[in-house]
Amino acid sequence: MLEVRALTKSFGALRATDGVDLDVREGETLAIIGPNGAGKTTLIGQLAGMLLPDGGSIRFAGEDITRLPAPRRARMGLARSFQITSVYKEFTALQNVALAVQAQSGHSFRFWRPAFADASLISPAEKILGEVGLEKRMHVLAASLAHGEQRQLEVAMALATKPRLLLLDEPMAGMGAEESQRMIGFLATLKRRQTMILVEHDMDAVFRLADRISVLVYGRVVATDVPEKIKQNEEVRRAYLGEES
Amino acid sequence: MSRKLLLWGVAVLALLALPPILLALQQPFYVDLVRRIMILAIAAVSLNLILGYGGMVSFGHAAYIGVGAYAVGILGFYGVFNGWLHLLVAVVASALVALAIGAVSIRTSGIYFIMITLAFTQMLYYLGISVAEFGGDDGMRLKRRSQLGIVDLNDPVQFYYLALVLMLFSVFLVSKIVNSRFGMALRACNSNEARSRAIGFSPYPYRLAAFVIAGAMCGLAGALYGNHTNYITPGLMTWEQSGDLMFMVILGGMATTAGPVIGTFAFLFGEELIKALLGLKAQGWIEHWQVIMGPLLVLSVLFFRRGLAGIFGKPDA
Amino acid sequence: MTFGLVFEQLLNGLQFGVTLFLMAAGLTLVLGIMNVVNLAHGSLYMVGAYLALAAAQWTGSYLVGVALGLTGTLLVGMLVEVIVLRKLYDRDHLDQVLATFGLILFFNELVAILWGRASLFASPPSWLAGHIDLFTGSRYPAYRAAIIVVGLVTAAILWYVVTRTRLGMLVRAGASNRTMVSALGVNIRLLYTVVFGFGAALAGLAGLMAGPIYNVQPGMGEAVLIQVFVVIVIGGIGSIRGALVGAVIVGIVDTLGRAFLKPLMATIISAPAAESAGPALASMLIYLLMAVVLAIRPQGLFPARG
Repeated sequence: MLEVRALTKSFGALRATDGVDLDVREGETLAIIGPNGAGKTTLIGQLAGMLLPDGGSIRFAGEDITRLPAPRRARMGLARSFQITSVYKEFTALQNVALAVQAQSGHSFRFWRPAFADASLISPAEKILGEVGLEKRMHVLAASLAHGEQRQLEVAMALATKPRLLLLDEPMAGMGAEESQRMIGFLATLKRRQTMILVEHDMDAVFRLADRISVLVYGRVVATDVPEKIKQNEEVRRAYLGEES
Repeated sequence: MSRKLLLWGVAVLALLALPPILLALQQPFYVDLVRRIMILAIAAVSLNLILGYGGMVSFGHAAYIGVGAYAVGILGFYGVFNGWLHLLVAVVASALVALAIGAVSIRTSGIYFIMITLAFTQMLYYLGISVAEFGGDDGMRLKRRSQLGIVDLNDPVQFYYLALVLMLFSVFLVSKIVNSRFGMALRACNSNEARSRAIGFSPYPYRLAAFVIAGAMCGLAGALYGNHTNYITPGLMTWEQSGDLMFMVILGGMATTAGPVIGTFAFLFGEELIKALLGLKAQGWIEHWQVIMGPLLVLSVLFFRRGLAGIFGKPDA
Repeated sequence: MTFGLVFEQLLNGLQFGVTLFLMAAGLTLVLGIMNVVNLAHGSLYMVGAYLALAAAQWTGSYLVGVALGLTGTLLVGMLVEVIVLRKLYDRDHLDQVLATFGLILFFNELVAILWGRASLFASPPSWLAGHIDLFTGSRYPAYRAAIIVVGLVTAAILWYVVTRTRLGMLVRAGASNRTMVSALGVNIRLLYTVVFGFGAALAGLAGLMAGPIYNVQPGMGEAVLIQVFVVIVIGGIGSIRGALVGAVIVGIVDTLGRAFLKPLMATIISAPAAESAGPALASMLIYLLMAVVLAIRPQGLFPARG
């Protein structure tokens, strides 16, 4: 579903992305791991459309999206959640998700009927919030939600756009142990029907959820394989797990 | 009935009752003053759409007052006095100008956007000055006011009620727009642009459309204003006017329905108050009222950002 | 339209451009480093003109007037920075616009109270009141030539300071990455006050030099300021080089346009039509130019940030 070839991006003298090749097949969950500074954020930025690569190509569902702006990619079915929570603070959780549903339902050049009274937006939003576990907090302002709940909202909004590929950027960032377990449980059920790219530091989550893992070090993919093989991979241990301990 | 609606009802009744009361008290000046305030409130309401809800700091909104007023003036210059045609041309011309300016400006943001909208307004101002046929710097008198048939604009009270109706209509229209899908898309892009793009909203088309709508509505205000002052000058489009408009929106409370109306009333009554006080205390100083207005505005920005409508209830998200 | 005439207008354009540059240089740094929209920059231009004029009349000496005018503007600038601008650094652009707009009203009215609303007459000093001979055979006002020289010298000094001194390095670094500079432990507050003071002095210089040519009156700063905005948009925020290139382009385009567009148009369309269309189009030229630059390079010709 996603084909990344020879992707490069430099900031001045720094090669943040150095010839990255990636493949994500339909239905699988690919995890991208790597030490801090490996260039994960830059890579995600280019996949999502916030950054333009210097070279290489990205193909999504057969189409070249390398230079396509982010909103077009989202409408094509490539959704993302942000590592640093980025929701609409002054709207409620329900309204946040409703907006995501709205963004996906064609153009918004309707000037008269109130959007938040529209059942075709509100019902799907309620449903998704239920799936994510936020149904009791629907009418709370996003700014007043607990951090973990905001992370759940992030995922909910990405899901609301009915994505073909879901790009999750550290969904568990800043979550406590219990919240993380809940999120992992939710993602485990989600992965059965959703193609995903998961960028995470939480190794527990990665090994439970990933079908394959790509390891990113200094902007290059040093290994892509099933989790068991990655665990045993010498280079990976040296570059990543070794550095960690 | 909600509290907001009740307050609106009271305000509308008060405005309806004002002319007969003022005329009985032999104070026709205030009928004109309130009429002027209501016309400018329409402009403020339109600015609130793009500034308060859209987050676009457009420092050139007074341009559309000018375009609307000149539409009336120029048509009158050539002997066309049909008021409906005046209004139509004012709205359409303003929309087209807004489209042209917006198409270029909205691709930028932040400081650039402010400077660019300011520059384009100045361009229109210079255009107004340099076309000698329409009075140039001095402007031109309206030969006749717009002929609307059902309302005689030469009658101060009838004109007053027309302004009231149109003001209420604009408020209603904008309140509908900002809660519609379009309004939500606009507000979402203002609230968090990165998030909006990530879910599939492209900000540019919505912002441009809002800019055009606001321009058109302000053009309507301009046509009314030209009839009000009976005199069309480029001075209607200076950036001081744009700045004043922004203050009216901010003072009243951005992103609220009543804010721009409250703000316009507060701002213009405040002006009159300062002038009156100066007149009482320091006769020779009346013309220098801005030396007090200036610092007051600075202070209001520094310390009083939420605006007056905040007193009446929470602003819209 | 002789070559001599065109050349003379070119010089006028350069002189206008230099005036714009002096204002643009200070403003673009304030915009780029401090990220503050300062609409009151035009007021500093006005203050410079008035203070220099008043000081010259009071002391009888043009040069003393210039010195006092510059110092006075510098002080006023720093006062404005400390009293008002400091509180605006953390605010959003809207607040900055509104607050500095209030400052404009205040300064314009203050000047009107002190010196009246009528245009004041400022004359160049007697030793610059004459003409110089150009190689084209025509004569050019010495005062305008002096402005060009002073402006270019100032540009050279600025270039030296910005590229060759430590202060300049901090300024350039600040223009492209403000957070980094403060993270390096530089006294940001002092840097800001210095940059703002510099900018104010430059604006005051532009104002006092412009006095004898344009009108000295309340509100004289705002018309220029908007043209300065055009310069900065064309040149790129935060870039002195951009300010210079932009200013010269704008100055020349505007001056040549006003001088020659009407006669040029009269050769294509009828004379009476050119009579009104000419000046109208000429007054719009620099804004149309800005629109074109924006369409091609939205961040300006030489933006400070890549």
